[in-house]
Amino acid sequence: MSLLRTENVIMQFGGVVAVNDLNIDIKKGELAALIGPNGAGKTTAFNVITGVYAPTSGKVLFTPTDNAGIATEIDITGKKPDKITGMGVARTFQNIRLFKELSVIENVLVATHLNANYSFLSAILRTPKAQKGERQAKAECEFLLERLGLIDLQNEKASSLPYGQQRHLEIARALATKPNLLLLDEPAAGMNPQETDELTDLIFKLKTDFDLTIFMIEHHMDLVMEISDHIYVLDFGCTIAKGTPEAVQNDPKVIEAYLGVDADVEN
Amino acid sequence: MKETQNNIGAYLKLHWKTAVFLVVLLIGIGLADNFVDSYVRRLLNLCAIYVIVSLAMNLVNGFTGQFSLGQAGFMAIGAYTVAVFTVPIESRAAIFYLEPMAPFLANIQLPFIVALILGGLASVVAAFFIGSPCLRLRGDYLAIATLGFSEIIRIVFTNTQSITNGALGIKSIPTISSLWWTYGTALLIIIATVLLINSTYGRAFKSIREDEIAAEAMGVGLFKTKMTSFLIGAFFTGIGGGLFAALLGTVDPKQFYFTLTYNFLLIIVLGGMGSISGTIIASFVVTLGQEALRFLDEPMAFGLDLPIFRPGLRMVVFSFLLMVIVLFYRKGLMGTNELTWDFMAQKYQSIKKKLGGKKTSNEGGGN
Amino acid sequence: MVVGMTMETFLQQLINGLSVGSLYALIAIGYTMVYGILRLINFAHGDIFMMAAYFTYFGIAVFVIPWYITFIITIGLTMLLGVTIERVAYRPLRDAPKTSLLISAIGVSFLLENVATYLFSGKPQAFPEFPLMTTPFFIGGLSFQPVSIVIPIVAFVLMSALLYIINKTKIGMAMRAVAVDYDTAKLMGIKINGVISSTFAIGSALAAVGAILWCMKYPSVLPLMGVVPGLKCFIAAVIGGIGNVKGAVLGGLILGFSEVLMVAFFPALTGYRDAIAFVILIIILLFLPNGLLGKKYMEKV
Repeated sequence: MSLLRTENVIMQFGGVVAVNDLNIDIKKGELAALIGPNGAGKTTAFNVITGVYAPTSGKVLFTPTDNAGIATEIDITGKKPDKITGMGVARTFQNIRLFKELSVIENVLVATHLNANYSFLSAILRTPKAQKGERQAKAECEFLLERLGLIDLQNEKASSLPYGQQRHLEIARALATKPNLLLLDEPAAGMNPQETDELTDLIFKLKTDFDLTIFMIEHHMDLVMEISDHIYVLDFGCTIAKGTPEAVQNDPKVIEAYLGVDADVEN
Repeated sequence: MKETQNNIGAYLKLHWKTAVFLVVLLIGIGLADNFVDSYVRRLLNLCAIYVIVSLAMNLVNGFTGQFSLGQAGFMAIGAYTVAVFTVPIESRAAIFYLEPMAPFLANIQLPFIVALILGGLASVVAAFFIGSPCLRLRGDYLAIATLGFSEIIRIVFTNTQSITNGALGIKSIPTISSLWWTYGTALLIIIATVLLINSTYGRAFKSIREDEIAAEAMGVGLFKTKMTSFLIGAFFTGIGGGLFAALLGTVDPKQFYFTLTYNFLLIIVLGGMGSISGTIIASFVVTLGQEALRFLDEPMAFGLDLPIFRPGLRMVVFSFLLMVIVLFYRKGLMGTNELTWDFMAQKYQSIKKKLGGKKTSNEGGGN
Repeated sequence: MVVGMTMETFLQQLINGLSVGSLYALIAIGYTMVYGILRLINFAHGDIFMMAAYFTYFGIAVFVIPWYITFIITIGLTMLLGVTIERVAYRPLRDAPKTSLLISAIGVSFLLENVATYLFSGKPQAFPEFPLMTTPFFIGGLSFQPVSIVIPIVAFVLMSALLYIINKTKIGMAMRAVAVDYDTAKLMGIKINGVISSTFAIGSALAAVGAILWCMKYPSVLPLMGVVPGLKCFIAAVIGGIGNVKGAVLGGLILGFSEVLMVAFFPALTGYRDAIAFVILIIILLFLPNGLLGKKYMEKV
């Protein structure tokens, strides 16, 4: 069943067409990947999906399942990012965007704010409802930090963390919004092979533990090929291939986009 | 019931130092209230009012990262609300001699606390109107818009003869000289701010300051959150303005030039724009400092004619101070840290270490 | 016949609006150019305008220097002041958070106002009279002050010269490049500091001319005289589209006409004259946040 799909999404900035006729369909429970050379428009696609940009044309459709088990397709095109996150779509950023001056646990706690069911007045007066909400949020965040190996650093300033841990914190923070769909923008960027391996395992485990659907932008091909169910390849904003890892790996257009030569000619 | 008692007991045990401090503080205020002369009393009251308004400004500018310059305007609203509603009805005809007071207001007299809160609420309404267009936009427009709003309020108050008595101002406002009003209110507002900042709402404010785009992506509604912060700030500032009117006994539009806002800006920059305790400390430093440096404005201060000392030098010194801080000590006194017991203990340890280190190196050199 | 007044009076008000608007335009250009390059609201610009007025006053009235030399000295000193402010108060903060830069600008403004109050006292000084400019002459049934006609002409000449510089010279191209993409311009070898200093110099020079013309029309000089015009002119720049020089001119003219005509048609609202700028600002921010000629700035995420 489709969880997120886009219909003919075009994103144009002045004369530049960053995303050209994007049609993706991500099924519930899937781990899909978005790959392509630098500047292909991948992050722009993420930004359109999450509402940072309203697309020049086209639609973004999200189908969450409510508590009663009923799935309704919602048109989220151009909605504000916080609303989209509230519906169950979370993301991380390619260039880490942590709240630098806040502590590790505060970073994650911010992402629980949208689920706070009490007013600021209740917060000031520390009503039982507010106290309960705060305790619950704190417990959820501690649980997430533990899963991502950050619990011992919870009171450190986010900016003081080593790079790999900062990436983990970004993921923990996104998870705190209780998403159905998690968009990861180059989660393994800057990691060495060992860290990438660990991250691969982590992402897969998170998917099953939290019942997530994941859509990931990545350049580490071993990570992508190992755990993806479905891959979309972008080049200059256009989708040049989509399919299973095997199909995509052997697609001559994909090879040409990355290497610039036809593999046959080399042989 | 027993559980609540246990909780309160546990809470007190944990925070016994703060509790003791508060008790000492309250005793201090009580003593001061009974024994200080009127000059010192006025000064102390002013400090408390400046704490209130600076804290409100820091909430919006320092914690939420929204650059608002409207304090003078919100203060004016609060001040005039108190003025208009607490001046005794008998005195009004004499004060409004140029044009009689508007009939729908002329016969309403409210107790001070009601007028005070009303002033705060009026500021909130004004803040809602100014915030609605401006807080939606990314960019620096809020600074200009709030500055402009502050000036408009002053212009409007100068022209609405029948409501505010225009340029003549309103006098004979019943004064409050007791320190309990200002310090009591200040304490309540400080406590409310601390509780707010240490809640999910405070974190939401800070997340906007840190990275708006990331905050929005994490589900924080930008407009709603900024507006919440802005309205709360306006409420506290309006109350500060009301206390200001009651302290001075008169209000007139010239008191609320935007240059008043610059005082609060200096305070929050000096104290550290993300620090509650920094703002409190800086409020006292600046308010008392401006008083202490009054001699700079008087040529005959030391019995000698020093022409370099004349009106305006004091403010030159303070504006110079602001430049030095923003250029060289951007974080101010406290940065984003708070003056907690732990913080002070840490500082004490590190100073001890530094002094201890110096001593041993001297001894080592001596050998 | 126009409501409430004769055709002659209306024409007179139009000329008035044109000259006020031209003054606003001259000052607004300084704001818009600095904002275009540094994304900074130069709060001190209005006070630079004020200092230029004092320079002229001192030159003519106190040191009794002939007016034409004083004008040149004033423009030179004001340009120096603008460039110095940028060098001392803004350049060191180029890598600091935006808030610090804004506070620094406010700080400079505050400092200038206080220094002026200290040095020159808060009392208004009378700007020297220029009878050639202020003695009214008559055309038909209308009386005009020559200065009301001189202002738009001078402003027009200067603005044309500026637009020529921006669009047809190398330094102008450098300015445009820096305004569009600061980092790339740096990488392309453009001397950023030179461009920025030139921007401040030009803006300050125009403010100085504006100050001289302003004082001919309103011959009173006081330390806080730059505050309200400064605010209004920034608003004018926003109305026209911040960062856009033609927009600043357009905004200035719109504001000038609005003020003059509002007071002409509704004399009871004279006290609120200064408020109309803010009302227009709110309207523009609500419906056209990028101003009349402005473009949307897309932030890279």
